[in-house]
Amino acid sequence: MARGEAYITGIGMSEVGVRLARSPLGLTVDAVREALADSGLGFDQIDGVTTYPGRMPTFLGFSPIGTDELIDALGLKTHWHAGGGELTAQLGAVAMAAAAVQAGQARHVLCFRTVYEAAALARPEEFPPLRRKEVDGASQWTAPFFALSAANWTAQFATRHMKRYGLTREQLAQVALNGHANAVRNPRALVKKKLTMDEYMAARMISTPFCLYDCDRFTDAATVLIVSAGDALGDVASVPVRIAAMAGSVDRYSWDQAEWAGAYATGRDLWRNTDYRPADVDLVQFYDGFAFQPITWLEGLGFCDLGEGGRFLEGGHRIALDGELPMNTGGGQLGAGRLHGFGMAHEAVVQLRGQGGDRQVPGSPRVAVATSGGGPMAAALLLARD
Amino acid sequence: MSVPRPRPKLDADNRAFWTGGAQGRLYITCCADCGGYTHPPRPVCRHCRSEAVAPVAVAGTGAIDSYTINHQPWMPGLPVPFVIARVALDAVPGVFLTTNIVGCPVDAVDVGDRVRVRFEEQDGIWFPLFEKGA
Repeated sequence: MARGEAYITGIGMSEVGVRLARSPLGLTVDAVREALADSGLGFDQIDGVTTYPGRMPTFLGFSPIGTDELIDALGLKTHWHAGGGELTAQLGAVAMAAAAVQAGQARHVLCFRTVYEAAALARPEEFPPLRRKEVDGASQWTAPFFALSAANWTAQFATRHMKRYGLTREQLAQVALNGHANAVRNPRALVKKKLTMDEYMAARMISTPFCLYDCDRFTDAATVLIVSAGDALGDVASVPVRIAAMAGSVDRYSWDQAEWAGAYATGRDLWRNTDYRPADVDLVQFYDGFAFQPITWLEGLGFCDLGEGGRFLEGGHRIALDGELPMNTGGGQLGAGRLHGFGMAHEAVVQLRGQGGDRQVPGSPRVAVATSGGGPMAAALLLARD
Repeated sequence: MSVPRPRPKLDADNRAFWTGGAQGRLYITCCADCGGYTHPPRPVCRHCRSEAVAPVAVAGTGAIDSYTINHQPWMPGLPVPFVIARVALDAVPGVFLTTNIVGCPVDAVDVGDRVRVRFEEQDGIWFPLFEKGA
């Protein structure tokens, strides 16, 4: 519990749904209240706020709320805040908060991610969709060819894996099947029904090899994690979960010039920052905006060799709740909803505290990995209950 | 495509790439000091950090490194399916272009297929698309 350590001490989540009527700030406040109640902290003890990617005026559905608005709306007295998109993926905001408390700049930091993509589609006059008539920056290298979605970009990584290593659609399907099966046991998950292999195989294609069930769907929700300094745990009533290591490395920052996603560089580097090893990990929460991404994390973090991710998933037994490496125990984004990375860390904390209810991984798990991001974006957190 | 392609905003760095098709040329930024290629084009070599970089015309042939057949109409009126591919350019090590493979059925495309550039002009932008056979 020494100074220099950072802990997740509170978790909160709003209602998770599609086309919710509650405002994005309202959802954010709901999640903040729950996280504060969970941690035992009060509003006046929060002295830092961080988010990914910050308010995006051109794309409000993707990110409607910034740190400035939340600080002002709740009358917080902060010593430190930061929000931005040029982070090591979504959970990079949590890593930033951890660095801030380790450096003594803050003691209790609210980290939030609010998504409003489904509601925004339903209310375009309030939340206009992103316009793509003219593009610059990185978008100019993909959008002119109607490679408009991360589904298209990620699908090409998946095709390469299939051609080079023999990944099959049946193996890929296990990510969605596992996510749906676990979501059914998670009362807050978006998905309420199991998915069969037949249903998966019959689904319409989005961008080969990804079918409908390989892609997360627009969700309205806010997720909050409170990160506290190691010497401030006396303020906290919850079971703290230590951030034992963090990484967010890239070999080539590009969606289309890199051969493989940043998960490989980040996975490699996570173990440079800790004495834990993959064999010590009891469960994993791997970002699954698209079903292929957990394969990159399995391989990148060394749970299997490069090219072996598909075979690791074969049959789905290893990643099931009672398997050797339970994965996406709350449903992941394919099952629980597109909470955009923050849901992975939220669920890891639930599990490490033993609060998973019907989906609790047996054996009192102590160590978990939570990741976020795809393509060049990658953030990994190693979480431990001491 | 029956809907306009999103238009790249031209600047000093990308102008040669997006307009070279007017002369039938595919320009990639190359370093006079180390010979390395830099893409996306920037005014500094990403290999040796020299600023003696300039666009040079490359062969415009290559091989499909990976691809996806897109079925989702992301924009109203976007005809589907179509092929999005990443092409590895011949003799331009380390540079890949995201593009469309045109002039063949979508299921006739595979990794490793040889392709050559075919420009499509729209409002002064020359989009480098690729077709099979090179």
